[in-house]
Amino acid sequence: MRRVYLDYASTTPVDERVVEAMLPYFTEKYGNPTSFYSFGQEAKAAVEEARAKVAELINASSEEIIFTSGGTEACNLAIKGFALKNKNKGKHIVVSKIEHFAVLEACRWLEKQGFEVSYLDVDEYGLVKPETLEGAIKSDTILAIINHANNEIGTIEPIKELAEVAQDKGVAFFSDACISNGQVEIDVEELGVDLLAMSAHKMYGPKGIGALFVARGTRLEPMFHGGGQERKLRSGTENVPGIVGFGKAAEIAKKEMKGEAERLTKLRDELIKEVLKIPRTRLNGHPKQRLPGNANFAFAFIEGEGLILELDFEGISASTGSACSSPTLEPSHVLTAIGLSHAEAHGSLRVTLGRFSTREDVQRLLEVLPRVVKRLRDISPFKDSFEDYVEGTEWKGGEHCHV
Amino acid sequence: MGRNSVIQARRMIYADYTSSTPVLQEVKQEMLPYFDEFYANPSNLHDFALKARRAVEGAREKVAQLLGASSEEIIFTSGGAEANNLAIKGVIQANKARGRHVVVSAVEHYSIMHPLQSLAREGVQFTRVGVDEHGRVNVEELEKAIRDDTILISVQHANHEVGTLQPIKEIAEIAEERGITFHCDGVSAAGAVPAKVEELGVDIYTLSAHRFYGPKGVGALYLARGVRLLPLIEGGIQERGYRAGTENVAGIVGMGKAAELAEREMSQRLEKLRTLRSRFIEALHREVPEAKINGHPSEVNPMYVHVSVPGVEGEAVVAELSSRGIYITSGSPCMARAAKASHVLAAMGLSQELIRGAMLFSFGIPTSEADVARVAQEAGEVINRLRER
Amino acid sequence: MYSKILIDHFRNPRNMGRMENPDGVGKVGNPACGDVMYIYIKVGKNEKGEEIIEDIKFETFGCAAAIGTSSMVTELAKGKTLEEAAKISKEDVADAVGGLPPIKMHCSLLASDGLKAAIEDYKKKKAGKGDVSEG
Repeated sequence: MRRVYLDYASTTPVDERVVEAMLPYFTEKYGNPTSFYSFGQEAKAAVEEARAKVAELINASSEEIIFTSGGTEACNLAIKGFALKNKNKGKHIVVSKIEHFAVLEACRWLEKQGFEVSYLDVDEYGLVKPETLEGAIKSDTILAIINHANNEIGTIEPIKELAEVAQDKGVAFFSDACISNGQVEIDVEELGVDLLAMSAHKMYGPKGIGALFVARGTRLEPMFHGGGQERKLRSGTENVPGIVGFGKAAEIAKKEMKGEAERLTKLRDELIKEVLKIPRTRLNGHPKQRLPGNANFAFAFIEGEGLILELDFEGISASTGSACSSPTLEPSHVLTAIGLSHAEAHGSLRVTLGRFSTREDVQRLLEVLPRVVKRLRDISPFKDSFEDYVEGTEWKGGEHCHV
Repeated sequence: MGRNSVIQARRMIYADYTSSTPVLQEVKQEMLPYFDEFYANPSNLHDFALKARRAVEGAREKVAQLLGASSEEIIFTSGGAEANNLAIKGVIQANKARGRHVVVSAVEHYSIMHPLQSLAREGVQFTRVGVDEHGRVNVEELEKAIRDDTILISVQHANHEVGTLQPIKEIAEIAEERGITFHCDGVSAAGAVPAKVEELGVDIYTLSAHRFYGPKGVGALYLARGVRLLPLIEGGIQERGYRAGTENVAGIVGMGKAAELAEREMSQRLEKLRTLRSRFIEALHREVPEAKINGHPSEVNPMYVHVSVPGVEGEAVVAELSSRGIYITSGSPCMARAAKASHVLAAMGLSQELIRGAMLFSFGIPTSEADVARVAQEAGEVINRLRER
Repeated sequence: MYSKILIDHFRNPRNMGRMENPDGVGKVGNPACGDVMYIYIKVGKNEKGEEIIEDIKFETFGCAAAIGTSSMVTELAKGKTLEEAAKISKEDVADAVGGLPPIKMHCSLLASDGLKAAIEDYKKKKAGKGDVSEG
């Protein structure tokens, strides 16, 4: 059976051209970039070339790019690093409620260290309103955090307006762009952000490498101390092949992003139109202002895990909510933040298209999905509403549940 | 065909295996499918993710075997520096209530010393224990340095500059007696010399894949059951909550393969390197009789040949050899960048002259006897010429 | 993650669907938690005159483990006396499906609880009817 991969938001395959670029750095050009001699300097030059490419993709300068081991580390470094370095200016942080766990957990860590964190509401589409941000900023606020696009529902935030609000109040702005970088155009200059997190494996680069854009003048406390690599912000021998791969992925994205976004948007809109023909189905996230490859649905009266397995039996890989969140059995915090009830949030399906997705892939999903949803609905006791449950049912056996 | 081709025909010789090693072909082959074939995110539910998850768990098993540990005790990180930072900061954060004092040797790597220096601003105290002329930690002094509020002892397995192996078992016994967590930075030892955690008696042990023919960008921490540690990177349940972030599947697979090969081939590799080491020292002494070999004569990772020559600049020798296509280093690579005098050599009591005249030759699996002979001969030539000036 | 038996019961659930005029209904779980099970039973008598589960059906909103264990519990209970059926434990259900991942163990608890609730519901209704006839 042909595999239909529709989970590009979880991770992407490494583009062949990226693998090609990486290969020599495993077995031939294996020098340590920190070594003075030419063999080490060759590796160093490759790292710097990659840095320039990653910088160019987001219109930054090379010195503003810090390589990390991935998006999660980049988010942790941005948030903890900024807060710890700037705590003398204030200890209040504002963050949207729909961030990735890497961001939210870093914020919770800061709360344990005595910082105060305000969590910002979003509207039904997942958009943060500039006035919500403005209202949350206090005199001791040092950092505002809002994702560039949401990894579950794909909604793209009005970062430029939001960053402007922060800037007016003298508050630094961090945006997690792991899911959107390479898919849609990001220009840090135009957006006005101070920190921006990126991840290679979400844009056809390898896993284990990411980067943080740190605008000139923005000061951070490092998380790893040691050899002083990455302008002393991130010690450790550089992952040379990984960095080279990220650079190549950025170069390809720069060239192909625009056409690819148009193709995927069209494919996605066709998909959404067809899936919404399934009764009692809603689209999560903004209908237009969303990532080109992202579609997220809630099917009433069924549960997402069974749906994923059913699709998997048919050779289709998709996801329900954030991959990291599924083993906790908690409904997606993003879906509840945009107003879904817990029961509705359990029935979510995220379909994400990418560079190697074809019209056939979408057709295959459309062929299988209605049948699968119907089968699971046949099994479900709920046919028209969740109301039936409320009357005369004893609450039992839900100890895993923290509702 | 001019002079250039003659120069090019002189193959470059890499003699800096302690800075980084090439990824072995077998390791690379094992990694390749995980880039564009089995690329799923191991955290996912679908069946496609199972392949990636199994690959990660298989690699964990292999790394565990190298250490004689069980696989639940292995946490993958982005490298040795992260693993060392996680060990130091993680143990200190988790044990704040019990005390804030740490005992380390005076010859630890920067990825141990710098986190401590940064934590010192928040009230963490640490005592540095001296070493003898071979760079071996003074165990009696270490025992005396322990206080009631000591929560962590951290001593490297092999020294990163001179290769001296530390008396880990003795230190572990003391740590156990006093009920103190013992971390051992094994970056310069693991995969090269035997490192069975049970035998060593350590609670936490650091490894780096690119130091034993695995890829850069991946390392691991052995964390014995029951040892408390708080994570540095949060935001996911990967690595049992000790280290969030999508797993570097290909890198981890590479580390697993490198660990498997290291375990299988360790005695042959050691024998070869011991032979190369003594051949090199003999040959170098023929050229430069006054070259002093630093580090312990027998308790040493045989990849290392650390040499001091009075009357020359180590840096100059490195540069000159580099122009001849021979790559060595004058110290640890991080130190090279920091351009500071080595705290390791100073702690060993070397004179300023010998510190200035220090250089490190290191050999590996691809090194041949002919390579070693050529390195010794050309190094001798370079050293003697520089001293004539 | 799941055994072959569980997957089979998830993909080909036995005794699935709503029952018209059941003798007892057990409703357990909570849609907010992601699992709800309805177990319907029809009670008859065996040759010894003991009350047995003559027919059983289920409807489940939940993950594959919840659906698979619901199906399994109906198979385990069918034909058993009420007394035997009430003794089916979550371990019995988990064992019968070939084991469950630890995080999904509550699903087998829910299935055995649903069955018990259906039996209790039947007994309660029967006792209620008895009261009426006596009064």
